[in-house]
Amino acid sequence: MQSTIYNFHDLTGSIDSTLHSWFGNTGTVIAEMVLVGIAFLTFYALLGLFLVYLERKVCAVIQNRYGPNRVGPMGLLQTVADLIKLLMKELISIKRSDKFLFNLAPFIVIIASFMAIAATPFAKGLQAVDLNIGVFYVMAVSSLGVVGILIAGWSSNSKYSLIGAMRSGAQIVSYELSVGLSLLAIVTFAGTMQLSGIVESQADGWWIFKGHIPAIVAFIIYLIASTAEINRGPFDLAEAESELTAGFHTEYSGIKFAFFFLAEYINMFIVAAIGATVFLGGWMPFHIGSWDAFNHVMDFIPSMVWFFLKAFFIIYIIMWFKWTFPRLRIDQLLTLEWKYLMPLSLINIIIIAFIVLMGWHF
Amino acid sequence: MSEEIIKDVIIGESDDYIINMGPQHPSTHGVLRLEVCLQGETVKYLIPHVGYIHRGIEKMCEASSYPQIIHLTDRMDYLSAHMNNEAVCLCVENAMQVEVPERVKYIRTILDELNRIASHQLWWCAFGMDLGALTTFFYGLRDRELILDIFEESFGSRLLHSFNTPGGLMHDIHPNFQKRVKDFITYFRKKLPEYDQLLTGNVIFQQRAKGVGLMSKEKAIAYGVTGPSGRGSGFSCDLRKHAPYSAYDKVQFNEILYNEGDTFARYKVRMDEMWESMNIIEQLIDNIPDDGFTAKMKPIIKLPAGEYFQRVETARGEFAVYIVSDGNKTPYRIKFRSPNFSNLFVMNELASGGKIADLIAISGSLDLVIPDIDR
Amino acid sequence: MNSVIKYFKDIFYGVSTLWAGMRVTGKYFVSPGQIVTQKYPENRATLKMADRFKGEIIMPHDDNNQHRCTGCGICEMNCPNGSIEVLTNRVPNEDGKVVRVIDKHVYHLSMCTFCGLCVKTCPSDALAFGQKFEHAVFDRHKLTKILNREGSSLKKEVKS
Repeated sequence: MQSTIYNFHDLTGSIDSTLHSWFGNTGTVIAEMVLVGIAFLTFYALLGLFLVYLERKVCAVIQNRYGPNRVGPMGLLQTVADLIKLLMKELISIKRSDKFLFNLAPFIVIIASFMAIAATPFAKGLQAVDLNIGVFYVMAVSSLGVVGILIAGWSSNSKYSLIGAMRSGAQIVSYELSVGLSLLAIVTFAGTMQLSGIVESQADGWWIFKGHIPAIVAFIIYLIASTAEINRGPFDLAEAESELTAGFHTEYSGIKFAFFFLAEYINMFIVAAIGATVFLGGWMPFHIGSWDAFNHVMDFIPSMVWFFLKAFFIIYIIMWFKWTFPRLRIDQLLTLEWKYLMPLSLINIIIIAFIVLMGWHF
Repeated sequence: MSEEIIKDVIIGESDDYIINMGPQHPSTHGVLRLEVCLQGETVKYLIPHVGYIHRGIEKMCEASSYPQIIHLTDRMDYLSAHMNNEAVCLCVENAMQVEVPERVKYIRTILDELNRIASHQLWWCAFGMDLGALTTFFYGLRDRELILDIFEESFGSRLLHSFNTPGGLMHDIHPNFQKRVKDFITYFRKKLPEYDQLLTGNVIFQQRAKGVGLMSKEKAIAYGVTGPSGRGSGFSCDLRKHAPYSAYDKVQFNEILYNEGDTFARYKVRMDEMWESMNIIEQLIDNIPDDGFTAKMKPIIKLPAGEYFQRVETARGEFAVYIVSDGNKTPYRIKFRSPNFSNLFVMNELASGGKIADLIAISGSLDLVIPDIDR
Repeated sequence: MNSVIKYFKDIFYGVSTLWAGMRVTGKYFVSPGQIVTQKYPENRATLKMADRFKGEIIMPHDDNNQHRCTGCGICEMNCPNGSIEVLTNRVPNEDGKVVRVIDKHVYHLSMCTFCGLCVKTCPSDALAFGQKFEHAVFDRHKLTKILNREGSSLKKEVKS
């Protein structure tokens, strides 16, 4: 069946050939890097602002409140106003802190989240780099953020920050495993690590539907483990405001604090985007097996809309977690990972391997 | 341990990792400073430092006449303001041997229980927030607001209502009072199970609370831990049962006792007390007698020389007033026994050996109000 | 084997309790009609405080600019914080007798704790609570108010 989904390759390809005719080979590479960089920076900033707004609105409605409603229509400009405030605030320098590392830490955190966004397929053919080990790459770069957090905690010369950073280290290092194993489940199904390949393999149904119960289990484990990995929800031990005031970013102020804040929200978007791509079909419209007429109707909804719908669905679930559950204790956090999530995902992956061997999946 | 503390804190010779939690800290609910010694995540010991919000209320009382004392007692345990007022009023009435009308007794009891529910609701909000469940804060405050609206309609103020006066009440309750209280109870009976779904049953919460901060009955008695915190350890200390005042001898209710002595038991005591308070109010609200809202008092109250003592059960434990009078219109000396002061100092025993997160849960479950500690 | 069954039972129990909590918050998320907070400055017109609300102390005046305060000073004496000062003059009335009339009834709102003793003890019911609660000002001196109006006089029926 000929798909009617618009392929962004047409657009990017025409831009590419135009640039080639203007600058030649080397110039094109540089120009494209600049263009993609600018596009991502803009996207990054807008998305961060919007996610902060969204979180505040979602939690407000859950808590029977209005949420931001003063600046702009429906309070939409509230986060812009907050950003301006943060930009104008004084950057307080801490006595006897390690100045170089203290200033470096927010950048490491933000660069780590920035790198992960590069491999995200936003729509058909709209992906900055389509690596053949895309899943692997995303996992690798998203775990770099913990280095920034550890540096921030260590260099702040504050006891709260140090405890928060150590907690965060223990947490991210252990939950990385579960995230990896649950993603590996779908990699086993799809037979590829390339993100675009995983999306293409879901053209006749998303993996969460095609993969029987093991895929659903993997999805739930992914949700829990990735929530822990981005230091959110019931797993926000690293900043546990009622215990450590603000954890690793206690001593940061102004725009440096905003970097941590922004990175947290972008990380949330990244795990949601990866989850949507791997489990819910990414930009692939909702297709059911061989119902061609139905599939054709679904194709009329642009692929980018599908991608963002799914990503924001997962973001909503992560927010729902955060505003419902109490926080875990550090030993319970590690118990959950090593005694529950980790064995379950191992069993799960064996079952999936068996299913794939027998060819039972759709 | 004590020698070690002396070495650490007083001489300052130790390499221990000491953190000052407070005076400004999100989970100390005010200006309480806890000097916490840590070993990694584990709490070695802690020393509470009090006095950041000391206002000398007892000394101020010595220069105030008895009706003027009432509004100062509001500002100690501001969440059970009505019970504090009542303690002073009962003490003065007993000293002057004034019999207050039945209506006053009934209204005082109803207000006590409403105030107890409001206080426990706020505790529930704050306890949930200490444990990281941020939404509890808004649900609790949402329902507490309805009680405060009832208070506002009758007394004119929401939190610090100096509604009692020696000999009775400042003025009569609002005509809508009974209807609104009944409406509130019907509403809250529907909402309270929601609290259980959201927090009590939650597996994370149970893991956080069960077996944390064990306090034996002996320890509770030794430290004088009263109120829901003491009753969670099986220490039967409910003064409404043991030394009934106002109209508590006319109502049927159970003293809530749990024997586990952990954070979860203290939590359950308060949750069950809210149900029990609603029962008490329902027994009284329809039978308020109509014999005036104040007894006849002299315009200037002078207590006969002597010593007078009265204790009541506030939302946090046993609150006692001890007045020494030399026959003047101001007390010679007045002493308040505030429940939180005793409840605070057991914290070292409970939190030592636990994690930092346990310390927060324990301080939340003791339900501390700092102005009451410092007075 | 039992321990394995218990392990999975624990997981299902845990997930079911978590789901119970999520149902509560989810229910409120899909019913935004239950919002209880108010949009304060916008709803000023409809915002009505309770009749007995203790916003500030006022001295009610009637249409003839007459109040009921005799200047006896009982409110000043009963105030625990010294937030009331009654300044009186001695002037001769039409019969030639020298009587006490108030010059200024000074009320320091910044010191008041709203205990209500002045209103309760006033023998001629001259004071009352007002419903106004927006007291924020930039200058502390504006919180010191003079309760009796300019040129006001004592009501005839009130004996001084």
